[in-house]
Amino acid sequence: MLGYILRRLAIAIPVLLILVVLSFILMYTAPGGPFNSDRPLPPEVMANIEAKYGLDQPFWKQIATYVWNVTTQFDFGPSFQYKNRTVNDIIAQGFPVTLTYGFWSFVIAVTFGISLGVAAAIRQNTWLDYTAVGISIGAQVLPNFVMAPLLIMFFTLYLGWLPGGGWEGGQWNYVILPVTALATSYMASIARITRSSMLEVLNTNFIRTAQAKGLPKQQIIVRHAMKPTLMPVLSYLGPAFVGMITGSVLIDVFFSTGGIGQYFVNSAFNRDYSVIMGITILVGALTIMFNLVVDLLYAWIDPKIRY
Amino acid sequence: MTLKSILTATTAVSLIAVGSAAWADGHATHPVTGETLASDQSFTYRDLDESPSIDPGTAEDSAGGDILRDLFEGLMNQAPDGTLVPGVATSFASSDDGLVYTFTLRDNAKWSNGDTVTAGDFEYAWKRAASPELASPYSWFIELMSLENASEVIAGDVDPSELGVTAIDDTTLEVRLTQPLPYFAQMTTHFTTFPVHQATIEAHGDDWTKPGNMVSNGAYVLSEHVPQEKLVRVRNESYWDNDATIIDSVTSLIINDEAVALTRYLAGELDRTDVPAGQFPRLQAEYPEQAVSVPLACSYYYMFNLRDGAPEEIQDANVRKALSLAIDRDIITENVLAGGQESAYTFTHWATAGFETPNIPMASMTQEERNAMAKELMAEAGYADGGLEIDLVYNTSESHKSVAIAVSQMWKQTLGVETTLANQEWQTFLEARSNGDYEVARGGWCADYNEASTFLDLMDSGSGYNDSKYVNAEVDALLAEAKTADNPQPNYDRVEEFIAQDTPIIPIYHYASVKMFAEDLKGWPFDNFQQNWYSRQLYKVAE
Repeated sequence: MLGYILRRLAIAIPVLLILVVLSFILMYTAPGGPFNSDRPLPPEVMANIEAKYGLDQPFWKQIATYVWNVTTQFDFGPSFQYKNRTVNDIIAQGFPVTLTYGFWSFVIAVTFGISLGVAAAIRQNTWLDYTAVGISIGAQVLPNFVMAPLLIMFFTLYLGWLPGGGWEGGQWNYVILPVTALATSYMASIARITRSSMLEVLNTNFIRTAQAKGLPKQQIIVRHAMKPTLMPVLSYLGPAFVGMITGSVLIDVFFSTGGIGQYFVNSAFNRDYSVIMGITILVGALTIMFNLVVDLLYAWIDPKIRY
Repeated sequence: MTLKSILTATTAVSLIAVGSAAWADGHATHPVTGETLASDQSFTYRDLDESPSIDPGTAEDSAGGDILRDLFEGLMNQAPDGTLVPGVATSFASSDDGLVYTFTLRDNAKWSNGDTVTAGDFEYAWKRAASPELASPYSWFIELMSLENASEVIAGDVDPSELGVTAIDDTTLEVRLTQPLPYFAQMTTHFTTFPVHQATIEAHGDDWTKPGNMVSNGAYVLSEHVPQEKLVRVRNESYWDNDATIIDSVTSLIINDEAVALTRYLAGELDRTDVPAGQFPRLQAEYPEQAVSVPLACSYYYMFNLRDGAPEEIQDANVRKALSLAIDRDIITENVLAGGQESAYTFTHWATAGFETPNIPMASMTQEERNAMAKELMAEAGYADGGLEIDLVYNTSESHKSVAIAVSQMWKQTLGVETTLANQEWQTFLEARSNGDYEVARGGWCADYNEASTFLDLMDSGSGYNDSKYVNAEVDALLAEAKTADNPQPNYDRVEEFIAQDTPIIPIYHYASVKMFAEDLKGWPFDNFQQNWYSRQLYKVAE
């Protein structure tokens, strides 16, 4: 088992390196640059800026310097857009925010999603099933860019219960709306996957055998049906978890949380090269890590994979 | 948030509480108007996005400028109507040839740490802003000010110490220019010219703009800054005119989405926000006391690509003029934008100081007359039966798209011109435009200072912002002459006439600033054309 983990981690290094090189090339081939604006800078000003950020160096040298700084000093460089901030500053400030609302969204999405899915499956074609399916389809078709402004309008403007945005260091009343907006669509997906997976499992031979043996229904569901039901859910949860904790640009834009999600999109628009790279590497590393975690969980749940 | 900044924030909050209590107890009244002041003197407003920098030397956007005018104070300030009033300088004099300015500084101006603000602080700040070492994207402003050796310093050919600014003594600052600029003193209200505290910068390096580190000389000091969330500033007890300040704390909240910002404004979380495009008529009807539209110093236009090798058909001035005539500006300003913008027939914004809009014939015609003239011009150019195809490109945005669709419809209906619309993501758009990879492109220009040349200089063949690549020796000569003329207006009239005749660009509308203001917020400088406001001009009245 340990050997397997180590092997997977060893593969992650070249994967990340390829990711860095590819992103670097893609970024540089995109038209424009971090210092273009609607009033073009005089050439002498541009020359100073390019020299300051090392953009006057040949391409291979820029990429080599970058990889060297990242691997030896964990230095992702200064932001090109935000003058007095480094990429490390931006991640250090934004990632905890995203991690907080992402984590709670995940907890809520998983708890409610799985419960809703299981409930719907074991009471298939009853009002409970229809309600659960209705809720999950509703939450799915209501994208969070519609959901977020609606939540703000309802809870901030009409009811006046919750602030319409901001983070304030993660005070609970500032966290509720972003978490709700982010969790809903994930919850809906989890509920649908759980429901169909559970239905499939309930129709398999070993469940029928258990029923024939006269085991209580509760025991069949919890002890026998739950584990196989969760397999497809798990493979969805890995990437979903990374998606949630690396944030959503929409959540950051609508709720002014200051999280990392918005930088992903804005840095690309602004050609803030160092921030694009920093966040790509962060998300890449997290994705690789949680895919490994999911694989390990698979092995733990399903003996067929372990042996 | 570090422990230190939490402490700072808490201290700030309790200070505000103490301050507010004093107001409430005394039922303070405004010293000039006599209105009863509200007990809560905090001002919260929406900003679209985080400013790239709040260091005067490297700051580059107008939202950053709003923050910097609170935190720092330059030589001169703008009064609510935009006229020049003393700032750190009490007076200035210029030599007869207009090449040397001498500013006399007040001796009671203080930094927030108690140090005296001296002429040397300005000298240091300006030399720093121009230095290649700082590599500020706004160092071009020092060039624009025509400071002696500015270009050479920026290019690295001359040491920054050679820049044309010298502190004669603590209260006397001498500035040497390479050409006389009638509006030079106006430029000292711009954030690039604000003083900075040398010891603080040397002690903290890039971190000097963080709360707790920053030492500033304005009416407010930075108390909290969470990038992409908010920036809070509280009154500076060391400010020389602190007694006249009424607003105790100012918070700018970053809210990217303007519809959400409006909802939060209506919920009472904000005192000022922007009106989303197209919503002004509705909000004005519902909240007549709060929805406000005032002229804003920017012009919206379409530019033609006049480079060699650009599409042939638009090299004909008649075609360009016909396309300009066929645009019914009033439909765009009244029906498409509906936010108090004004139809434009001149490039210079109508409200620019000292500028009288010249009588461009097109402006006084009816749209029918314009359309008739446009058809004649097209016939002369050989497109009597239509057949002209135009590519129009704009940067991705709903409002640019609406304008482009309206214009393409007008061109089609009046002239039978087929327009292909294309939107491009901002950086791609900028690159295409500056490389001349377009036929007709959208443009917008905002004044750097309140004088017509800030617009018209774009028509100079040598201007780096002349993306049309319009070349007209007469225009160049007129603009050069205007720099030193006692009355440049006749020159500006002639340049505007050339623009109307040669049509290198089509002016479409003059911007308006369309905002919601809380009813209890008073003192907003609506008459300031550049919308340069200072929080210390504001106050809140009791309801």
